[in-house]
Amino acid sequence: MGVACTPSSTGLGGAAAAPAIEVQHVLKRFRPDAPPALDDLSITVPQGVIFGILGPNGAGKTTLLSILCGLLKPTAGSVRLAGHDTLTAEVKRMLGVVPQEPAIYPTLTGRENLEYFGRMQGLRGARLAERVNACLQIAEIGDQADRRVEHYSGGYKRRLNLVIGLIHEPRILILDEPTLAIDPHSRSLIHQRLRELHAAGVTILLTTHYLEEAESLCRNIAIIDQGRIAERTSLPRLLSRLHTETFVLNLKGRVTELPELGGFVLQAVDDCTIEVEMNRAHTINGLFEALSRNGIEVISLRNKQNRLERLFLELVDRHGPESET
Amino acid sequence: MRGELWRWRRYWITFQTILIKELLRFLRIWVQTILPSVITTGLYFIIFGQLIGERIGPMAGLNYLDFIVPGLVLMAVITNSYANVVSSFYSSKFSRYIEELLVAPIPDWVILAGYIAGGVARGLAVGGAVLGVALFFTEIHLHDPWVTLGIGLLTATLFSLGGLINAIYANSFDDISIVPTFVLTPLTYLGGVFYSLELLPEFWQGISLANPILYMINAFRYGLLGVSDVPLGVAFGMTLVFILILLAYSLSLLRRGVGIKT
Repeated sequence: MGVACTPSSTGLGGAAAAPAIEVQHVLKRFRPDAPPALDDLSITVPQGVIFGILGPNGAGKTTLLSILCGLLKPTAGSVRLAGHDTLTAEVKRMLGVVPQEPAIYPTLTGRENLEYFGRMQGLRGARLAERVNACLQIAEIGDQADRRVEHYSGGYKRRLNLVIGLIHEPRILILDEPTLAIDPHSRSLIHQRLRELHAAGVTILLTTHYLEEAESLCRNIAIIDQGRIAERTSLPRLLSRLHTETFVLNLKGRVTELPELGGFVLQAVDDCTIEVEMNRAHTINGLFEALSRNGIEVISLRNKQNRLERLFLELVDRHGPESET
Repeated sequence: MRGELWRWRRYWITFQTILIKELLRFLRIWVQTILPSVITTGLYFIIFGQLIGERIGPMAGLNYLDFIVPGLVLMAVITNSYANVVSSFYSSKFSRYIEELLVAPIPDWVILAGYIAGGVARGLAVGGAVLGVALFFTEIHLHDPWVTLGIGLLTATLFSLGGLINAIYANSFDDISIVPTFVLTPLTYLGGVFYSLELLPEFWQGISLANPILYMINAFRYGLLGVSDVPLGVAFGMTLVFILILLAYSLSLLRRGVGIKT
């Protein structure tokens, strides 16, 4: 659906060559005697990408986003947005923020919330009305626009929360767990809108707990654990590190005895389902050919475990308690 | 020059937006925000004014019911202006709406002005409603409308600022009820709502003079009835000084992000 969630211009104005976000050696301590929430953390987000920040609870993801938005000051290190190291009004206008908890006024309607936050961003008159209507359309909440938000479902609140961050057509969008605890339809809609914004050249930085979300949306990710970068790479490069993958195959007929397939490790789940462990030397075509030679037809195939989830757990374990000793 | 004008216009729009949001907030839940004060003060008029007041007799040369009207109206102004800002700003902090404002291109003082104006609006709206109720029971005539309006406005501003500071420091909903319960209510009751300062022994008169609410109630009483236990200039001066102190302190807290950006 081609709803107009594209910004009116592309690029980041005068600072076109600069990365959208640069975090350099940021340290954040909430108390002098406490361990750092962020420890010498550096990330560069180029313009126009969707960048995912992953990490377990308490890793420092929200602290990092709060520093980027100017809600917290780093103890040391620097942050630059579109080449600017201070959050002037002009830089703030480039920035859209979608917080983890929907930050919307319950006693106002969806439309009034959009008007309110739009005015805060300096919109008014016909332009404001145009943006409010566009945002209602983007979020597909037009039917509830004039109801008070306190009566909205969780999914509607999340969608409204998203478009409040978009009301002023920011060039950099920062989202903290944008699809936390919502229904599949709302999640799918938000994913679709984020892809449309990405296609329009908006730089998107998001944190998520949903690894399949990161895998489906982001080309670049950083994994944060205990305030430090555990991994920072492109997703294809990260996934290429998996040495083995396990696939679950649904079979057309029953298989009572598993055949010997050279190199593939097979395990029966039930009469019609098997698991196959494949290493990097194997190919799917090779597997199908071997199964076909043994008279086994496959109806469908899926990954047993989310690939990113497996890597994530490996990386977080590696940077966990053992690494501190 | 044009850029400067545009910037001030933006600030004005932002201020209006926060104020309108605050008005909508308390008007839409008027059963929780306006009605309780009207009912409570209505009961005060019935009990203290009609039933007990007749036995008390005149106070400061006035009918007792007339005497308590200014104090009750100002009590409504104080509690409602305070309650509006403390609850609204704390909710914004608790539910993190405030972060949307802090990341928007708006200076802190515009946010402060918007919330304070909301508190003043509710304080004066409820004060006006209580005065309306009072007119059912009394036949008071405004002695000096400018003094009445002026001290009402300043009092509402002062306690809106107090509410904002309380909200900034509050870490739970319990924290926003401590000051109204343990500080504001006793100071208001001991500020001469129900009695004239002349009734107190000399020692307690001296102690009472340290209560800033006493000055506001007396100035308001002068505006409505033309009598006061304290000089009018002192009352206005003290209120203004308190406003300036709390204003500077609130701005400093907002600028440093105390309770919000920590």
